[in-house]
Amino acid sequence: MAPNDTAAATAMTAGAARRAKNHRADLFDVRTPTPYEIMRQRAKHHSGFLIGMSIILVVGICAIFAPWIAPYNPFDQDISRRLINPIWGPNSTWDNPLGTDAFGRDYLSRLIWGARVSMVIGIVAPAAAAVIGTTIGMTGGYFGGRADAFVMYLINTKLALPGLVVTLSLVAVFGGSMFVLICVLTFLFWDRYAIVLRTVTQQIRSQDFITAAEAIGCSRTRIILGEILPNVLNQMIVILTLEMALAILIEATLSFLGLGIQPPTPTWGNLIAEGRNFMFFKPYLVTIPGLALLVLAIAINMMGDGVRDITAPEGRN
Amino acid sequence: MISFLVNRLFIAIMVTVTVSVIAFSLLRLSGDLAAELAGDDATEAEIAAVAKAYGLDRPLYVQYLDWAGHAVSGDLGQSIFSNEPVWEILTGAVPTTAKLAVLALSLGVGLAIPLGIVAAVFQNTWIDRCALIVAVGGQAVPNFWFGLMMILLFGVILRWTPISGQETMAHFILPTITVALTTIPQKMRITRAGMIEVLQSDYIRTAKAKGLPTRSVIFKHALRNAILPVVSLTMVNFGFLLGGTVVVETIFALNGLGFEAFQAIIRQDFPVLQSVVLFISVIYILLTLVADLINARLDPRIRLS
Repeated sequence: MAPNDTAAATAMTAGAARRAKNHRADLFDVRTPTPYEIMRQRAKHHSGFLIGMSIILVVGICAIFAPWIAPYNPFDQDISRRLINPIWGPNSTWDNPLGTDAFGRDYLSRLIWGARVSMVIGIVAPAAAAVIGTTIGMTGGYFGGRADAFVMYLINTKLALPGLVVTLSLVAVFGGSMFVLICVLTFLFWDRYAIVLRTVTQQIRSQDFITAAEAIGCSRTRIILGEILPNVLNQMIVILTLEMALAILIEATLSFLGLGIQPPTPTWGNLIAEGRNFMFFKPYLVTIPGLALLVLAIAINMMGDGVRDITAPEGRN
Repeated sequence: MISFLVNRLFIAIMVTVTVSVIAFSLLRLSGDLAAELAGDDATEAEIAAVAKAYGLDRPLYVQYLDWAGHAVSGDLGQSIFSNEPVWEILTGAVPTTAKLAVLALSLGVGLAIPLGIVAAVFQNTWIDRCALIVAVGGQAVPNFWFGLMMILLFGVILRWTPISGQETMAHFILPTITVALTTIPQKMRITRAGMIEVLQSDYIRTAKAKGLPTRSVIFKHALRNAILPVVSLTMVNFGFLLGGTVVVETIFALNGLGFEAFQAIIRQDFPVLQSVVLFISVIYILLTLVADLINARLDPRIRLS
């Protein structure tokens, strides 16, 4: 009864109208938080995510500012100061808090510089793999039919190959430069994105809003990039963090086997490989860089679990 | 079922052929293999002689067809390094790796399933949290470093176990633990997730409602359905571990497939490397094929979709 309502409203005093408006505001005008705000709230209270992020941040800062943070040049050898114990061992000095290696190089400085290789490879290789794997997976999942059969064939072939052996051979053939390592690790990592995103794309594809987009004549590019991609981003990020930890560990493994970035460049894998010969009487040469790897990988995994909880808590199990 | 079978067989054969091409080309990507084999200060004539001796002067597709033809009939050629037949190197190395894989998977499954069950039953308690810490730790620990730490602790400080070689079962203790650790997290998570899902289902509520003891509900009713994915994952894991134990075999001086592959890479011994890659791939393809067929036999939805 609109006319009556209008009449009633005009009949009210200004004060009553204001009170009525305030009352309504209390009851109904509560702004619903945007998804972004909800996620920020969840992130603030997720201790695992926060701890993981802080550790990654610290390692990242060490990597970026290594020349300014490291107390010594990591390449400077001093034969008179070789194999000094870290600060908790006997005959140690604060000049070299983590001791020195067999060439008398400061171990703390080498550790800080070593973070560079790990961080660059840990970020670039999984990101490149994400682009390739997502493209392949979404193509198969969206188009189906022959395209999907071809995608499945690519994935099956990749899965059948012994990944580590192929990686080792490629690095042995092309040399252990940063560029080669990133290319080879990209090749090693694309399949998990492809497998997951193929399935997810298939599920989303059959939903009504995609049919609606098709019905109003959106182009395929528009549907894939504008409608599907935003809905699979969180899956992508979760895999990204898993692969990030894996890439760092595999880079260290390659260095350890002598096929990665070559000495004297400090990488955590190289540090362990060089320390291995002295492991039995100077265990810290192996334990320290290994712990650095372990802590970084745990931090990345914690961040990954956190991202999943924050973006899609219903998928927690 | 027949069309499903034919389809899967066709895919398996396609993948095998592709893998064989990749295995064949791995070391050849370096360019002139003959020059590498002849050494740094070899003359043109020497390089040509090496190329002729190993048949490297023929066109690549002829070399491939020749190799593939022989491989099908079981002749994988000879090692360039030791002149041993590759087949004998393979059969000598497989038992070690298979033993390590079986031991590690048994230990891994033996720990992962109970951990997963306990975590699911006591979901969101401190027990669940501890299990999660094990899972995250196992995922994050650098395998080769963990192996070295085991050597340091049990071999050098405590002197409980031998640290290298493969003569007795005792030699396999440390490698088994090292490999098992990497396989635990994924299986534990899958068991936990499966159990949580199954425990919420109607038939479990019925079982509880009719008064069955909790123990029998968990182990007889829930577990059976929850561990199905773990079983097929374990099969695939076995195929993966055949080529995935390179580092552990190197650290503990086990003469297995991974170690042979690594040696072949370092020595540019292409007949050995391409055969090892092909062998591991074929085993993996067969295992997944069998797993697919078993699943299809058990679950009609898979073969009809």
